[in-house]
Amino acid sequence: MALDHKGIRIVANTVLSLFAAVCLVPFALLIISSLSSEASIIQNGYSFFPKEFSLKAYDYLWLHHLELGRAYGITVLITVVGTAVSLAITSMLAYPLSRRDMPLARFWTFIVFFTLLFNGGLVPTYLIYTQIFDIKNTLFGLLVPGLLMSGFNVLLVRTFFLTSIPPALIEAASIDGAGEIKIFYRIVLPLSLPIMATIGLFQAITYWNDWFNGLIYLTDSRLFGIQTILTKMIMDIQFLTSNSNAAGSGAGQAIAQLPSTSVRMAIAAIGVLPIMIAYPFFQKYFVKGITIGAVK
Amino acid sequence: MGLTTRGRWNKIAKYWPLMLLMVPGLVYLLINNYMPMLGMFIAFKNINFTQGIFGSEWVGFKNFEYLFKTSDAYIITRNTILYNAVFIVLGTILSIAFAILLNEIRKKVLSRFYQSVIVLPHLISFVVVGYLAYAAFSMDTGFMNKTILPMFGIEPISWYTEPKYWPYILTVIHLWKSVGFSCIVYLASIISIDTEYYEAATLDGASKWMQIRTITIPLITPVIVMLTLLSIGRIFYSDFGLFYQVPMNTGAISDATNVIDTYVYRGLMVMGDIGMASAAGVYQSIVGFVLVLGANYIVRKVNRENALF
Repeated sequence: MALDHKGIRIVANTVLSLFAAVCLVPFALLIISSLSSEASIIQNGYSFFPKEFSLKAYDYLWLHHLELGRAYGITVLITVVGTAVSLAITSMLAYPLSRRDMPLARFWTFIVFFTLLFNGGLVPTYLIYTQIFDIKNTLFGLLVPGLLMSGFNVLLVRTFFLTSIPPALIEAASIDGAGEIKIFYRIVLPLSLPIMATIGLFQAITYWNDWFNGLIYLTDSRLFGIQTILTKMIMDIQFLTSNSNAAGSGAGQAIAQLPSTSVRMAIAAIGVLPIMIAYPFFQKYFVKGITIGAVK
Repeated sequence: MGLTTRGRWNKIAKYWPLMLLMVPGLVYLLINNYMPMLGMFIAFKNINFTQGIFGSEWVGFKNFEYLFKTSDAYIITRNTILYNAVFIVLGTILSIAFAILLNEIRKKVLSRFYQSVIVLPHLISFVVVGYLAYAAFSMDTGFMNKTILPMFGIEPISWYTEPKYWPYILTVIHLWKSVGFSCIVYLASIISIDTEYYEAATLDGASKWMQIRTITIPLITPVIVMLTLLSIGRIFYSDFGLFYQVPMNTGAISDATNVIDTYVYRGLMVMGDIGMASAAGVYQSIVGFVLVLGANYIVRKVNRENALF
């Protein structure tokens, strides 16, 4: 099989554009079906070329903008607070571990590392958070369990500090009379913006996409984020109707007219949209970040 | 003696600000990781909420006996391992193939475009993937039944009640979501290969195919071995989202879609069978731990530098 340079380039472009299409097409179906009329979905199924377009699903979302706006707000809040706290405690733990003169640094590093090898599993975690810390049906349930800090990230940041911050710099600052904490946030952190940005990005995506904590720690629908709404809706398609007073008196009739399939797609679409819109701006860092994580 | 005590005090005086910095992170690990590890003892108890976790009666290995008497234990273990094995083999082959092809794209803009698009599925939560899968496989309105199958004159299939299709569906969706990501990892290691090898090979008249076989693949083999062994170490864990959201929690196909993680979840949250769920969880933690250590031991034998520890 003789593949010359030109030949392989044609093969590469063909295969990769097919793969890229496979990656993109489902999103197109998602958006198009959220814009299809209910009747055309029921008649012809989800389709790239619906018989009839309609904004009904989005009208319906607008009708429920209070519930959905609240869910959106909660998702944004959790993402922002979670990412900020996560960056803070991750770097605060990683920095002392990176100091070669720090007593017990090796021991504490092992304590962090061991959490990557072994974990207690869902049942004890759930029982400890609900029975001891009483986290059920609070926003802490979305924020804290499992997501707030990963041992892996701590080790990643520690490695960055070890390899990219010259010890001489810290020593010099110390001789100039700067205290340890001042050194940390005046010198070490500003030099670590690349790794902080990468970890912050992955952390933000994790928080935005998380539905698991909502699934197991929340039953109170007022605390649901957008992903939790989507998750619960899969189990209970009638979620929106059962939770709204906006539908008013003729509830039975309203359910009958509920554009459920397209509405579901519309909610999924608005759950994905912010990431899609922001993606072109952060894709460079995202693609780079993948390799940072992989080569420890 | 007096000197060492004073030395210790000096050390504490010097390092206490750094110790203070570590406190929030360590407290979080204590709560989120170490307390649940200690909490694994509940697998040896018959949990009864009126008596509390600590007051409940000890039952030794009873929960494990019950678990392994059911056919569930075999099914979830088999599913978890087989799915992961298929994922590892196909995922590795596809990612490497795509990475090699991606490396051949010389136009920077085009290469970057491909890279950005193929990792897109990785950015989406599994809930949304579940919705997309439903759009494809729904009985009455799905894209498969309404558009694809009629093209070949095949009768509609009731996907969500037929277990036999799910190994394929879940494998395809897993690959769709993850291959782009690992492709980027392999691409990074291919890019780091010294171009002189290829130049020399081209001068000697080696074809592209030959270069891939004799230069690219051998030089990235350490990375392949390491990543594969690490995933073998995780073979007892599966992606809860894939197995929970995509089959939409459907009972009729659970023989084909139930894995240890979904079993534990259902035991805990749906059945309220804490004994069984925690026994399955401990089984997963212990075997998983042994596998990680084993995989790492092998990596160390192969190449010390690549070992995790």
